[in-house]
Parts: sequence; structure tokens; C-alpha cells
Amino acid sequence: MNINATIIGQLIAFVVFVIFCMKFVWPPIMAAIEARQATIADGLAASDRAAKDLELAQEKATTQLKEAKVQAASIVDAAKKLEAKIVEEAAGKAQAEKERILASGHTEIETERNRAKEELRQQVAVLAVVGAEKILERSIDAAVHSDILDKLVAEL
Amino acid sequence: MSAAAATQATLTSQEYIKHHLTNLTVGEGFWSWNLDSLGWAVFLGLVFLTIFRSVAKKATPGVPGKLQCAVEMVVEFVDDSVKGTFHGKNALIAPLALTIFVWILLMNMMDWVPVDLLPWLISLATGMDMADIYMKPVPTADPSITFALAGGVFFLIIYYSIKVKGVGGFMKELYSQPFGHWSLYPVNFLLEIVTLLARPLALSLRLFGNLYAGELIFLLIATLGLYQLPVHFIWAAFHLLVIPLQAFIFMMLTIVYLSLAHEDH
Repeated sequence: MNINATIIGQLIAFVVFVIFCMKFVWPPIMAAIEARQATIADGLAASDRAAKDLELAQEKATTQLKEAKVQAASIVDAAKKLEAKIVEEAAGKAQAEKERILASGHTEIETERNRAKEELRQQVAVLAVVGAEKILERSIDAAVHSDILDKLVAEL
Repeated sequence: MSAAAATQATLTSQEYIKHHLTNLTVGEGFWSWNLDSLGWAVFLGLVFLTIFRSVAKKATPGVPGKLQCAVEMVVEFVDDSVKGTFHGKNALIAPLALTIFVWILLMNMMDWVPVDLLPWLISLATGMDMADIYMKPVPTADPSITFALAGGVFFLIIYYSIKVKGVGGFMKELYSQPFGHWSLYPVNFLLEIVTLLARPLALSLRLFGNLYAGELIFLLIATLGLYQLPVHFIWAAFHLLVIPLQAFIFMMLTIVYLSLAHEDH
């Protein structure tokens, strides 16, 4: 246990080492650590923000989905109504067409019948005249007795 | 150790221990240099600075390598210790604390080197007789080394006391407390001077005492013959506590003393 010049050497080494550490070791390491801390803090903040954004986006998506559902339902409703209306209209039109066709058919039939009746009457008149001629065995002047014939025809 | 037993069979235990506690010295009187302590101290300081400087040069704020992680753990540990105690702004204290902690840790770790390993290697390399080889490889078991460290810290205590409080303020602090009355100023001065001087003295003697005692016990164990191996193991395991603790205490007290020097009463 003796104090000697070693103390001077050690003191010089101590001073040099501390100065070297202060100038060339501590600042770069500390700078790297602090830069990384800043990066991590930024990253955490960004992830927080992203989580919030995600939450907002999910909320937005949910409301939009609801709106879309409501809208779709209303569109379907409207479509159904339109469909019913179109069907109804078509049915009405068909009914009217049917009636029109029926009516025209009836009219035609009526006309035809009347025409046939008329023809029959004519032929009956002729037959009647012929029959009468045969019965009377004489010629009846068609022009003179036309009034009687007409009356007969009208009675048929 | 067994080699020691062979070559130093003629030595008594006392002579063996004395031999191992003698430094490799050149020079006369005060102007003698303990080449082993100083050499190992400088070498270990260079090891510390080389490793830390290589990391500092390549330090990336991105994903760090394993060595950078280890170095950053040490740096952050020291930084936290400094920030927890010292609240001023001072670019010196944290690197100073880092240097002290790692350097003293490395120097203390020389205590784990088997006491006869280095002399044996030297005798193998040079062919010298082990009785002529003086090698005390634990620098912190050399009072010159610990006094130099504590002396550097003491100088900084004085420097910052004067820088922060001025010469007048520093002197006033020395005589005006703990007792406020003027008649007790001489008593105050005596007490404060003792307090001031006790700091570096306690700092250096605590470190020296612990490591010197540790080395001495290792040497005593080395004289036990065959039974020394388990005992060596136990004592070395115990140094897992002593070595980092002494480095930490030295660093912590340095920070505390310097933060006291910055406080204005």
C-alpha cells in the first residue's frame, strides 16, 4: 500500500478517457437512443390515430350499410308498387280489349244474322210467291201484288 | 495454482502472498510507477472505449444490433441513474459516470483472473522463474489507482462548487453551516473541511479496500492446496455481487457528490 507516481498516470488516463467518452462515445449513442425513442413514440401515436380512424371508418361503414339497406328496401317497395300498377293496368287493358272484341263479335254476329234473316225473308217471299202461283195455278203479277207480298214478308 | 505450488514450494504462505501483493514497479520513491496496475488500467480503459466507440460510430436509430443493444442498456442504465439524482444541465456528468462505471467494472473483473494465471503465462512466454515475476493485475486493488479516480472526482467537486456558487459562495458554504451563529464558524469550517475531504478519501478507500481484501482472500485460498478449488468458486461467485456493486457505488457517489456541488444553499 504505497502511493506513487502511478496516481499521476492514472489521473491523466482518467481525464483522457472521460473526455474521449464525452466527445466521441456518449453523444452518438444518446442521439441514436433518443432518435429511436422519437420514432417509437411517433409510431405509437400513428397506431393510436390509425385505431381511431379505423373505429370511425367502421362506424361510417355501419351507418352507410344501414342507409343502403333502408334505401334498398324503399326501392324494392317502389318496384313492387310499380309492378302491381303495371299488372293492374295490363289487366284493365286486356279486359277492355276482351270486351271490345266480344262486342265487335256480337255486332258482327248480329249483322250476319240480320242479313241471313233478310235473305231468308226474300227467299221465303219468292217461295211464297212460287207456292201461291202453284196453288193458284195462275200467274200473279208480282208488281201488282207486291204490297201483299211485302206485308207477308213483314209478317214473317 | 498447481504450477505455483510446484515452483513456489519453497515459499511459505506468507511469502507467497506478499509476493503476489507486490507490484511490478519501476522508479524510485514517489517517482516509481506500478506498471502492472497502470498498464491493466489503461488497457481496460481502451477496451471500454474501443467497444463503445465502435458502437457509437455505427449507432443506428433503427433496429440495433446485439452489441449496440448491450451498450445501449449500459448507457441507459447510467443515464437513468444520473437523471434520477442530478437535475441540472451538465454534459460532463453522464459520460463521466459511464466511464467510471464501465472502467471500474472492468478493472474489478480482473479479480476473477486466477491469481497465478498471468505469472504462469509470462513464465511460459519468457522462461523467467515465477518467483521473479511480479504481476498484480487488479488495478482497483492498487490505492494509487483508486486515489487517482477519487482525486479526479474531488477536483470536479471543487470546480463545480466554485463555478456554480462562486469562490465566495463556496467558502461561505464551508463556514456558515451547519451552525448559523458566527461564533461557531471555526467549528463549522472544521466540520465542513472534514466532510469535503472525507468524500474522495472514502470513495477511493472503499473501492480499494473491497478489491484488495477480495484479492487477499483469493491468495489465502490459493495456499489451501487441493481444497482451494471449491472455495475459490464460492469466493468468485461472491464477487458477482462485489464487483458490480463497487463499480455502481463509485459511480453513484460521484453523481451524488457532483449534484451536491451544483446545489446552491
